[in-house]
Amino acid sequence: MYVAVKGGETAIRNAHALLAEERRGDPAVPELTLEQVKEQMALAVDRVMTEGSLYDRDLAALAVKQACGDLIEAVFLLRAYRTTLPRLAVSEPVDTATMDIRRRVSATYKDLPGGQVLGPTFDYTHRLLDFSLAETGHPQEKPAHGDAATIPERMPKVVDVLDHEGLIEREVAPPEPAEATDLTRVPLDFPAGRDARLQNLARGDEGFLLALAYSSQRGFGSAHPFAGEIRMGEVAVEIVPEELGFAIEIGDITLTECDMVSQFKGSATESPKFTRGYGLSFGHCERKAMAMALVDRTLRTRELGGEARYPAQDEEFVLSHSDNVEASGFLQHLKLPHYVDFQGELVTVRHLKAEAARRRPEQEEIVP
Amino acid sequence: MTNAIREPLAGYNFAYLDEQMKRSIRRAILKAVAVPGYQVPFGSREMPLPYGWGTGGIQVTASIIGAEDVLKVIDQGADDTTNAVSIRQFFARTTGVATTERTAEATIIQTRHRIPERPLGPGQIIVYQVPIPEPLRWVEARETETRKMHALQEYGVMYVKLYEDIARFGCINTSYNYPVLVNGRYLMAPSPIPKFDNPKMDRNPALQLFGAGREKRIYAVPPFTSVRSLDFEDYPFDVQHWDHCCALCGAADSYLDEVVTDDHGGRMFVCSDTDYCGERRAAGHAGPGTPIPLAAEAAE
Repeated sequence: MYVAVKGGETAIRNAHALLAEERRGDPAVPELTLEQVKEQMALAVDRVMTEGSLYDRDLAALAVKQACGDLIEAVFLLRAYRTTLPRLAVSEPVDTATMDIRRRVSATYKDLPGGQVLGPTFDYTHRLLDFSLAETGHPQEKPAHGDAATIPERMPKVVDVLDHEGLIEREVAPPEPAEATDLTRVPLDFPAGRDARLQNLARGDEGFLLALAYSSQRGFGSAHPFAGEIRMGEVAVEIVPEELGFAIEIGDITLTECDMVSQFKGSATESPKFTRGYGLSFGHCERKAMAMALVDRTLRTRELGGEARYPAQDEEFVLSHSDNVEASGFLQHLKLPHYVDFQGELVTVRHLKAEAARRRPEQEEIVP
Repeated sequence: MTNAIREPLAGYNFAYLDEQMKRSIRRAILKAVAVPGYQVPFGSREMPLPYGWGTGGIQVTASIIGAEDVLKVIDQGADDTTNAVSIRQFFARTTGVATTERTAEATIIQTRHRIPERPLGPGQIIVYQVPIPEPLRWVEARETETRKMHALQEYGVMYVKLYEDIARFGCINTSYNYPVLVNGRYLMAPSPIPKFDNPKMDRNPALQLFGAGREKRIYAVPPFTSVRSLDFEDYPFDVQHWDHCCALCGAADSYLDEVVTDDHGGRMFVCSDTDYCGERRAAGHAGPGTPIPLAAEAAE
């Protein structure tokens, strides 16, 4: 005998208990500490901070632990917490030229002032499983640190090198008032300004942006970019408290920045030059910053006089679908009961079927 | 210059790939050699390097390399760039073969973005790493369409693109990966080598193999095969020229890299082919050696 599902409250309580049990795993295995997540899953923490739009390593580590390593779920947790926080101040724009560099590579010039700094990277590791990592307490190779004093305090940016020769478009400051659009407070509107677009992409899903950037590289959109520069390191954040009237430093954050350089053949009003695409992320999220920079440039197709023919060039398509918390929620809402709407569809389909059978009695369906 | 042979990495097959896989790649290579310029699909595998970093070239090299071979790997013409070093180490570890930085000594040269300045000889094989094997990709995004265009030898659209460039900009706006017609039949992407290197492909005594791992294509130019860069009778193909010679070796016939020397626009021009430059310097050639300030250039 069928009994309609009732008692949702108990079911929910049990489901949560089950999840907690799954999260903990075998109690014989020591529990993960937040320090461990923060220190040894640093790239997961950085991605969650970037897409969660909140720079807080501790909270991001907590979110990763609570989400059992599901990073989109962790981003969701962090965003939901972020919304409860008061806004204390808006910082001054950070000056990435003064970044305390840990990594800086350029694919456009073989050598350049300040030099290439490989830093911590998966690049050039052969992807061979390192079975020594399966053991705990395995011996660790100490890096031979280069002389940190040789890294200049202020490293010129590659785009500025191009700028000296007038080879690259100038970054034009937005007209007053210079307050940037904040998508966490105002809805997205089209056409979106560059500020709104960059914020959207910075919060956007890494996988989605990666796929879009890749599609444009493969011909579905014509991106022929060069990685002008990728830099990662620490930058000081400054605010101007009202009562002081001058800027004070409140701390350092780690950022990854990418300038993509692509050729622009010129138009009726503009001379040929290189154009920019820009990417920025919290922590060390290099793939994200690069994908963001590529998509940022691709989205400028119309602005530069081109025709938007492919998804990666279509602002509305990209910006409306980049947010993984929004996308995940809407997709997963399909798990919610749809009994009522489905009942309506059932009636309609039965009616249509009967109507079709009445019109074509000779084509009677064979029911198994 | 040649580094000695050593023991290959234990636990892995010679040159990493298993013998059946290497055989299947060699079959694709044979077909590619038989139909010059035609893109042969092949079952590219995951390699322990990221796609786009030379997985196609590595698979081709792995399937043709033997214990007697001497391998040279260059990236941007240089033996000492990180990616070249990494790939050379990969083969040194997995095959134990001798490696070299000398073009003349190598039997196999795997390259990204350059053909060495020193002419290649018979018996040498140059393996190109190819990111986008389809020369028509920028005029037609869909593979289903471009395959048809190749079958019908329908290349008018590429000539139209070149013509439009000339009409709009007064020159052909393609500086690398400049399309070529191989053996009078197939349009081929020469991989992103500068067009400066295109003439070196024509009737080259060496076997030229092209591997695109991510796009799963292999193609080839057999020795002494014609490779013609597309152009027009009244608008002949031309390569890059510099107003400077190499600051280190004085070469005026090589492809030059620009090295930025300060943040006021000062720069030097040096050979991108490090072996060529080194050999010339060893033979006593010297260049001006000093950076050129941007201001001086502007005053010229």
